[in-house]
Amino acid sequence: MPDAGPAAAAEADPAPGTVADAAPEPERRAGALVTSSLGQDVLHPDRDAYHATIEALKADGFAMCTDVTAVDYLLRPARVLPPGVAPERFEVVVHLLSLDPPQRVRVRVQVPEDDPRLPTIWDLYAGADFYEREVYDLMGIVFDGHPDMTRIMMPEDWEGHPLRKDYPVGHVPVRFKAAPPTR
Amino acid sequence: MTSSSADTSEHGQELQPRSRTAEALLEVERGAVLRLPEGAALDAGDVSVDDLDDETMIINLGPQHPSTHGVLRVMLELKGETVLRTKPVIGYLHTGMEKTAEDLMYAQGSTNVTRMDYLSPFFNECAYSMAVEALLGIEVPERAQWIRMLMMELNRMSSHILFLATNGLDMGATSMMIYGWRERELLLAFFERVTGLRMNHNYIRPGGVAADLPDGWRDDVRDILEVIPGRLDEYDDLFTNQTVWRQRSEGVGVITPEQAVALSLTGPNLRSTGVPYDVRADFPYLKYDEVDFDVITGTVGDVFDRYAIRISEVRESMKIIEQVLDRMPKGDYRSQDSKVTPPPRARIDESMEALIHHFKLFTEGFAVPPGEVYTAVESPRGETGCYLVSDGSSRPYRMHWRGPSFANLQALPVMMRGGFVADGIAVISSLDPVLGDVDR
Repeated sequence: MPDAGPAAAAEADPAPGTVADAAPEPERRAGALVTSSLGQDVLHPDRDAYHATIEALKADGFAMCTDVTAVDYLLRPARVLPPGVAPERFEVVVHLLSLDPPQRVRVRVQVPEDDPRLPTIWDLYAGADFYEREVYDLMGIVFDGHPDMTRIMMPEDWEGHPLRKDYPVGHVPVRFKAAPPTR
Repeated sequence: MTSSSADTSEHGQELQPRSRTAEALLEVERGAVLRLPEGAALDAGDVSVDDLDDETMIINLGPQHPSTHGVLRVMLELKGETVLRTKPVIGYLHTGMEKTAEDLMYAQGSTNVTRMDYLSPFFNECAYSMAVEALLGIEVPERAQWIRMLMMELNRMSSHILFLATNGLDMGATSMMIYGWRERELLLAFFERVTGLRMNHNYIRPGGVAADLPDGWRDDVRDILEVIPGRLDEYDDLFTNQTVWRQRSEGVGVITPEQAVALSLTGPNLRSTGVPYDVRADFPYLKYDEVDFDVITGTVGDVFDRYAIRISEVRESMKIIEQVLDRMPKGDYRSQDSKVTPPPRARIDESMEALIHHFKLFTEGFAVPPGEVYTAVESPRGETGCYLVSDGSSRPYRMHWRGPSFANLQALPVMMRGGFVADGIAVISSLDPVLGDVDR
């Protein structure tokens, strides 16, 4: 214990320490950490707080959900995350719109590979219906509580989720001989 | 990879009999979009929602029906002639363009996106190019921005005129279809003179536009602006002020502003309810903050409003084009940032470096700094958005397309409920969906 204590503290220290250097108080909005991407506010709630964050934003005047999508970070490209948000394989990206005053906000939530689930926001925005189905279909993220979690683009007996990075492109069995005559 | 599908409610995408449909899904299909207190969500007054399965009939409208604008399939539950439940079934035109984009270099990407909403290709190209330019942090020359505006507003005219044509056809005014195609031809001929192609132009590219406007473009545009207003007045005589047309379209397929906002409707479909949301006015891009135009809104949100808004928006587009004609500056039509723009053709003949530069740009492409951005433009159908993620290479890591038609289709159950099947045709038509944009 005496050995582990300082070691653990030293390990835990750097991250908060660097935060303190960069920004004394991590900015929060609707209970989520905020970063900025090309002048656009980006909120990073964790998975448990995701629904509450969206709900708070809706109460804040963001009346329309213009877009729900997901990104598969399997190949681990560089991405901006605030300290304290652990990167996961999937990231669901929600764009909300406030009509008056005109304003957009982006919400990015990390979804782990081994449990790709997220609560639905269909109960808040009826327009998220098709978008969540699309994310489920093409990226394989399940939205709990969605009324109709079925495929929307692909045929209903399709296997796999095509927009995942480990889904092969153009994987169609090629037949090198002509088909035998049918009659 | 499919481990997650086992515990979802995965079943057929089709409209199921009531006995096999969950209560929440029934609500969606009946068009109850607002999460209201118990019981208030469904105004059971106009349609009895408690019919038994054997009293109703489920039919397919499409995907091969002339009035469904491509391959839209709408499943309806009918009682007699009255629509009780509606479910759009889509995906018949899905070609995985978002996945394709990940394999194309940034310069090739506009060839890909221009094919999505094939009736308004310039808007797709512009949304995409603006996203790439935002990540690159490059400034587009003034002239290129005005050219983009010119082409997009002409494109809005051609798209809306085609809407008037197909809407007329769907409502039984066959002659309108001929008129609409005739007027659209003027615009497509101009596009061909400028870009070489009538559709899928690949004209707006990251960094600017592909070529400068041809000699005599001003006269061509003036010719268009002289012809179209007279034709629009003819349409007004034929339809807007005509009793049969109004009785056919007024009060049909009504959607309230609250429902429209909740369902993520954008464009003329949203504005028909009175919500003045227009990306051009609310988030000005290019030079839209320097031109004067009105955002047209309706009051009722019915089929007639959606028709009337589009005919007025053609006039607004002409107003913008007049201003573009007056203010078109001289200068470059594409960025002179040699990182993005290939050297001029003449330089390649005399300079080895230019040849190498050209070769590298077209084989390796240009690298885009890591980051993510969402850009939106106001297309004839609503907010066309592009969410682009770059990993620093010369190909997008992820490109997501926010197609306005995709979201607009969600309004079908609301608009169709309680109406007749024949009204359903008018409703589908008035939404102006482009299935290339829905399925991508």
